[in-house]
Amino acid sequence: MCLTCGCGSDEVLIRGRKPLNKPKAPVSFKLHRVEAKVAEDTQRIVKLEQDILHKNDSHAKANRELFVQQGILTLNLVSSPGSGKTTLLVRTLQALHGRYPLAVIEGDQQTEQDADRIRATGVPAVQINTGKGCHLDAQMVERALPEMPSPDGGMLFIENVGNLVCPAGFDLGEFAKVVVLSVTEGEDKPLKYPDMFRAADLMLLNKCDLLPYLSFDVELAESYARRVNPNIRIIRISAVSGDGMDEWVSWLEEQRPNGS
Amino acid sequence: MHEMSLAQNVREIIEQAALDQGFSQVKTVWLEIGRLSCVEQEAMRFCFSSAMQGSVAENAQLEIIDTPGRGRCPKCGHEAEIENVYDACSQCGSYGLQLVAGDAMRVKELEVE
Repeated sequence: MCLTCGCGSDEVLIRGRKPLNKPKAPVSFKLHRVEAKVAEDTQRIVKLEQDILHKNDSHAKANRELFVQQGILTLNLVSSPGSGKTTLLVRTLQALHGRYPLAVIEGDQQTEQDADRIRATGVPAVQINTGKGCHLDAQMVERALPEMPSPDGGMLFIENVGNLVCPAGFDLGEFAKVVVLSVTEGEDKPLKYPDMFRAADLMLLNKCDLLPYLSFDVELAESYARRVNPNIRIIRISAVSGDGMDEWVSWLEEQRPNGS
Repeated sequence: MHEMSLAQNVREIIEQAALDQGFSQVKTVWLEIGRLSCVEQEAMRFCFSSAMQGSVAENAQLEIIDTPGRGRCPKCGHEAEIENVYDACSQCGSYGLQLVAGDAMRVKELEVE
């Protein structure tokens, strides 16, 4: 098990509307194929220069090509646990419902509760349970896609496992990562977890309806996020009061392949 | 980060290379791990030995090539070694340095027999 975050190798479960697919055998990839010649008796050095994430990145590339081909705007939502991602996503789906084809992939270590909350909105959702794993990877997303109707010309939201560390390193083939930071967390999260804020195009500062009751310094949090990523766009939002939802929905519409 | 799944990726890369290049035992594995790559080297060492069990690299020695981070300032073009991705430019104080080195995670080479 991973020392840092406890991720491990438990089997991944993908639960959609269709019966479960058996996990496919890992896809092998060829590297520097040469004639298999066994050195008779000596030790030798084999040069590989192989990126450790090569396999994930090749699956991500295939996913991205599929999304582009089918005109699907795919977003990877990342945050720490408890930032209000699922509530925000439910409100977002309600705002977009009937306007675009929509679908959701939910990532959690255990339970199907988040997918059930999404399905209650009428939007199809596939739940990926990562077991001990602390992040989604591109192959899990690839396996989840056939489990639901493809939202061609619309939007696919991937809600990653609540974790500000590991999901930053794994490209899923998304158009952009959207990081959700809630005002009940510390202002310095962007500095503590810079990789995630660097990888994201948009930061949603959530639960802003609670600001009157907290000592959270919004400007400071935003300046930290911009220090890590000067190009990050920031929207202050509350999934409960609805403030900022219009700006977020407009941002989503602007990102669609043909704009709006 | 996710050192266990990265260590399993390393195992897959090595096992595939063993098939392609015809070796049956790995004595040493050199990994290049950039200091800004989000991999904890100690966690990788811990996960490596457990991930390699039962593979051609079981009991292989792990050598980590530790490469420092380097950033280039988008404003003044100054390039220097950096400790964090959010460091300010040591010349003009601007943020948003572009990473030019130090985020690699790579299986460099193997000593095999």
